[in-house]
Amino acid sequence: MAGQQKMGIVSRILVAVGALLYLGVFIFPIWKISLDAPQYPEGLGMYIWINHITGERPNDLENINTLNHYIGMDEIDPHAIPEFDIMPWIVVALVVLGLIAAIIGNRKLVVTWIGLTLVAAILGIYDFWKWEYDYGHNLNPNAPIKIPGMSYQPPLLGTKQLLNITATSLPYWGTYLIVAGILLGVLALLIDRKRAVATAGVPRNFQTQRSAATAKVA
Amino acid sequence: MKRSFRILMGLGVIAALIGGLSYCSQQQQVTKSSSDVASRVYVPPGQYDEFYAFMSGGFSGQVTVHGLPSGRLFKIIPVFSQYPENGYGYSEETKPMLMTSHGFVPWDDSHHPELSQTDGVPDGRWLFINANNTPRVARIDLSTFETVEIIELPNSAGNHASPFVTQNTEYVVASTRFAVPIPQRDVPISEYKKHFGATISFISVDPETGDMDLAFQIRVPGYDYDLAHAGKGPSHGWVFFTSYNTEQAHSLLEINASRKDKDFIAAVNWKKAEEYIKQGKYVEEEVVYYNNEYDDKTHTAVAHKRTKVKVLYPKDCPGLIYYLPTPKSPHGVDVDPSGEYIVAGGKLATVIPVHSFSKMLKAIENKEFEGEIDGIPVLKYEAVIAGEVENPGLGPLHTEFDGKGYAYTTAFISSEIVKWKLGTWEVVDRIPVYYSVGHLCIPGGDSRKPWGKYVIALNKITKDRYLPTGPELCHAAQLIDISGDKMKLLLDFPTLGEPHYAQAIPAEILMKRSVKIFKLEENQHPYATKSEKEARVERKGNEVHIYMTAIRSHFTPDNIEGVKVGDKVYFHVTNLEQDWDIPHGFAIIGANNAEILVMPGQTKTLVWEPKKPGVYPFYCTDFCSALHQEMQGYIRVSPRNANVKISYGTYKEGESGQ
Repeated sequence: MAGQQKMGIVSRILVAVGALLYLGVFIFPIWKISLDAPQYPEGLGMYIWINHITGERPNDLENINTLNHYIGMDEIDPHAIPEFDIMPWIVVALVVLGLIAAIIGNRKLVVTWIGLTLVAAILGIYDFWKWEYDYGHNLNPNAPIKIPGMSYQPPLLGTKQLLNITATSLPYWGTYLIVAGILLGVLALLIDRKRAVATAGVPRNFQTQRSAATAKVA
Repeated sequence: MKRSFRILMGLGVIAALIGGLSYCSQQQQVTKSSSDVASRVYVPPGQYDEFYAFMSGGFSGQVTVHGLPSGRLFKIIPVFSQYPENGYGYSEETKPMLMTSHGFVPWDDSHHPELSQTDGVPDGRWLFINANNTPRVARIDLSTFETVEIIELPNSAGNHASPFVTQNTEYVVASTRFAVPIPQRDVPISEYKKHFGATISFISVDPETGDMDLAFQIRVPGYDYDLAHAGKGPSHGWVFFTSYNTEQAHSLLEINASRKDKDFIAAVNWKKAEEYIKQGKYVEEEVVYYNNEYDDKTHTAVAHKRTKVKVLYPKDCPGLIYYLPTPKSPHGVDVDPSGEYIVAGGKLATVIPVHSFSKMLKAIENKEFEGEIDGIPVLKYEAVIAGEVENPGLGPLHTEFDGKGYAYTTAFISSEIVKWKLGTWEVVDRIPVYYSVGHLCIPGGDSRKPWGKYVIALNKITKDRYLPTGPELCHAAQLIDISGDKMKLLLDFPTLGEPHYAQAIPAEILMKRSVKIFKLEENQHPYATKSEKEARVERKGNEVHIYMTAIRSHFTPDNIEGVKVGDKVYFHVTNLEQDWDIPHGFAIIGANNAEILVMPGQTKTLVWEPKKPGVYPFYCTDFCSALHQEMQGYIRVSPRNANVKISYGTYKEGESGQ
């Protein structure tokens, strides 16, 4: 079976580089929420990192919390979010898995690596949405500003008006590097398939190839 | 009779028509030039001015910050006078700034703002200003726009010729406008010549911290020293002071001090002075003066009492100082950007005399002296003069430069600014000002590299320029365009107090460095409260210290009980905000001082001494947020002998202090 044949050196390097790109989440935030309000011409915003939340500028996070207390939102406290202790290890595990796949040169392992990354990403985004939901809905009933029917969940992706604040939420460089890593993995599989076809003249396992393509679409 | 009447009538009609026509065309001209001028000074909403202008607040004792070309007022920086608006001079932290050897002095008369310079160019680090009445020099930090240091000058009275800086701000100078007995003692005024003296002071400035120290004084004859400027380029190392009343009159000076044809410019070689200090040729004299320093980290000023000064006597220090004869009670002494020409404003003279620095050095070398006074050689006028500007207007006072070879001199009596050319000394343009201009200001106009776009006329008389406001009128500044051949009046704008002098600097140099907040974690105030958890009330005998925090939109604690009549209550308010432009104010009913305005990250203290039992409100005075009107609290005051324990809190509904 072609799958048992070792992947070519170019593909293996691509997988290794792709896996290492994941480490970008330790250098760059993965998400950014910008808040525009008339009184903040200088801007206000926060970065979500793999293990932390910070203000876009010094003091932005505490200023956001100061404003949020008027609507009764809980204080955004990175230490209260246990996922921040787990997520870095998941990324490290995925990097190690990707590197092992590159060294062994096993197509199935590469596919598994991509698949697991996607599962982790989807779970992470769901978790992020859930925290946003909690912060936006779980409001102190004694808040000074209460507007019937109003909740303050920031958008997951895109822009939303929350009273005087226009909130915009978009992925940031960390996420883009993960996406780039996945794409390199997919590219490696494609190149390797062509090479295998050219050298052996035998089509590769079609299932494997399709799962990679699906992953790309997802 | 009839015919001639008709002719007269006819002529009258024609005259009226012509008059009307010319009136119309005048109106049109005014309108046209007005709209053209309006666009030159119009700064659209949300956009910035090109220059910061720092104006002396005159008898307000403060400094004002305006924008150019709009003339808009941005800030009043309290310096020498108490300022209830933000608590300067009332809060416990800032009271020491106004300490002097005469005790607490809550007012002064501020005259000449001076920007610090590096290599002869304004660098935007500090602004210095003098107090004329109780002699002092203040330093303002231009990253916070706050007064951070004040130094008093001993052996001085009327610190007018001050605070001009040397090329790299090595020194800020000062001197005595009023000769006085030195040291002060009880003598008959009529024995002026015997007992009265004057001093020239050199205040060193630390190049890193800006910290000022009285380096040394020079004892000089008892004349009135009026203004000064340091040399630059080739004349770096010298400072020039004008003097008048060389007649040494002590009464009716307007007559008695105007008799002589010439008074003096004193040229002081400060590099030589440094050598003499190093050689120990000074006398250390016992004096008392204060040096008050404010720290941005403790947010607190400390008043240091000093007791010694090094004094140089010209007769022991040859080459230290020379007198240049200069016509008729000179006021301004202004060194051109090249450092070669020293322009004097002889306020009663018919010409503007311009001395040459290189000729002065030559005259000193060739000993072209016409006499000597107390060890100070007097140079021959002809040996030092470079030229005289003829027909410069009446009452020339002060000159600045545009960096393109022209000088601009104010003429007080003829109420105009006169533009003339350096080297040829010919007048090339003149423009009337309204009215009676004193100093003028070109951005960087006393430096090596002027930004010669505008000149501001700082006028002494206002009369009909604005809507009348009773007998006391605002003072007036006028902005004049000097970018072309002809000067052009652009704008009138009112100023605070009397604008004796101003300095301006491109906005881009300062705005980048302007501090937005004080960092809470760097707050080292001994009574700082850095979180609501630390808020508390402590009693020490009859002193009650309230460690209070302020954040949108509440104080912690906001209910306080256990205070008694006879207590001295200290409200130490820390603003926990770390957001731009969110100050909180604090005021309490019956306070005998002022409010305090607390910037983000800062701690300030207001003392309150309740006199009657009751429950008294306090509140935030600076509209901080949507719920600013809710930012308030109560303090309960019990009778002197009551048995109410200290208790405090910021309570949610249903809770209470009991």
